[in-house]
Amino acid sequence: MTPTQATRPLESAVWAALHDVHDPEIPTVSVVDLGIVGDVRVEGSRLRVELLPTFVGCPALEVMRTSVEERLRGFAAKVEVAVSFAQPWTSERITAEGRRRLRQSGFAPPPQDAGDDHGLLPQLPAADCPYCGSRNTTLENAFGPTLCRSIYYCADCRQPFEQFKMV
Amino acid sequence: MTEPARLPTRQLLQPDLPAFDTRGVEPALREALAELLLTMADDEFVLGFWDSEWTGIAPLLEEDVAFSSLAQDEIGHARVWYEMLAQLTGSDADEIAFGRQAEEYRHARLLDHPRTDWAFSIARRWLYDTADSVRLAGLTRSSFAPLAEVVAKVRREERYHLLHMDAWLRRLAGHPGEPRDRLEGALTTLRSDALSVFAPLDGEATLIAAGVLDAPIAELADRWRSVASGVLSELGLPALAEGLPPLDGRSRAEPSESFRWLWSEFTTVRRLEEGVTW
Repeated sequence: MTPTQATRPLESAVWAALHDVHDPEIPTVSVVDLGIVGDVRVEGSRLRVELLPTFVGCPALEVMRTSVEERLRGFAAKVEVAVSFAQPWTSERITAEGRRRLRQSGFAPPPQDAGDDHGLLPQLPAADCPYCGSRNTTLENAFGPTLCRSIYYCADCRQPFEQFKMV
Repeated sequence: MTEPARLPTRQLLQPDLPAFDTRGVEPALREALAELLLTMADDEFVLGFWDSEWTGIAPLLEEDVAFSSLAQDEIGHARVWYEMLAQLTGSDADEIAFGRQAEEYRHARLLDHPRTDWAFSIARRWLYDTADSVRLAGLTRSSFAPLAEVVAKVRREERYHLLHMDAWLRRLAGHPGEPRDRLEGALTTLRSDALSVFAPLDGEATLIAAGVLDAPIAELADRWRSVASGVLSELGLPALAEGLPPLDGRSRAEPSESFRWLWSEFTTVRRLEEGVTW
């Protein structure tokens, strides 16, 4: 459904406001730049926002849902924040700005050139070091401090760093 | 001293799954879907709890992190399957997850074994992850959209599990002596129970006719066997058992003592206070 002339400004205002809401596990990147906001829809006095979980078991989702509800209070008579799997969140959804901010906070953004390989043993591509840009890095642990992060080590600047997983 | 602010109560399992319309689902299909979802949920739930038994005592700090993360992933997946089942049958996800007796769980017999040692946990997880990836692949084009959507998401996460387990399988296999001996022992113990992931379902024919499942489960078992056997024979490890998946691979008169113990652990809070919220 295309938004009408009347609802479009409200939708734009909602998208702008959602830039203030952050993933509590990665507080420097907004939910919009992480690609978590799947849809914003205004129908009459009803505002519906759809969130896409980065990981099915992500414990931060409930916090983000509450933060979105709080930030959007007053934007419409009825504000509904729903979770959806209809379009799966993939790491491709992170915006260019999101990738820049991830790097700035010491996280390697997920690789973009990996394709959609679901073979028995997919190979994970190397991560670029967010500190020095080197590709001379090794995977230390596919699992990290949160479900969405892996741990790498840069052999050039000798820094451990985290990569946002490619899913 | 003032009383601390009361936190909002929440259910153990959050109802995060979007509501879907179940009116168009025929009763026979509903029953078959419920059976399939329960087996998938119970598999992930039980495995997640076994994984969590490594938290704090894994042989390496990195593996402590990895197994805790694996546990969180699996219980997250189980939560969505239980939620879907609850919506489909008009029941409650917490009740299904925590409210049953030990003998009512339908996880594969492969998951009835205890955590045991590191090699055993790796062997069991590798067998399960390879089997699960074949099962999920058989559901990707499911005609039941809510299932197909979550399968697409879960598969992208599961590949990390498989990658990690395969690296460990090769690592243990490549070290003669205790690591390889223990791995071989574990695979020998599990060689027939591994097939239990593909135990037949009562509603299998209904699922295939409705386009939920793309092939008979025995065919999925063959697909899995050819992939898994290839790796095991490449590494010279004990082969999988021949034959069809066991008919009683998921429903057994007596769950193992180990599973009874695990059940008593994960239902502790629930049994302490009926209807408790988190």
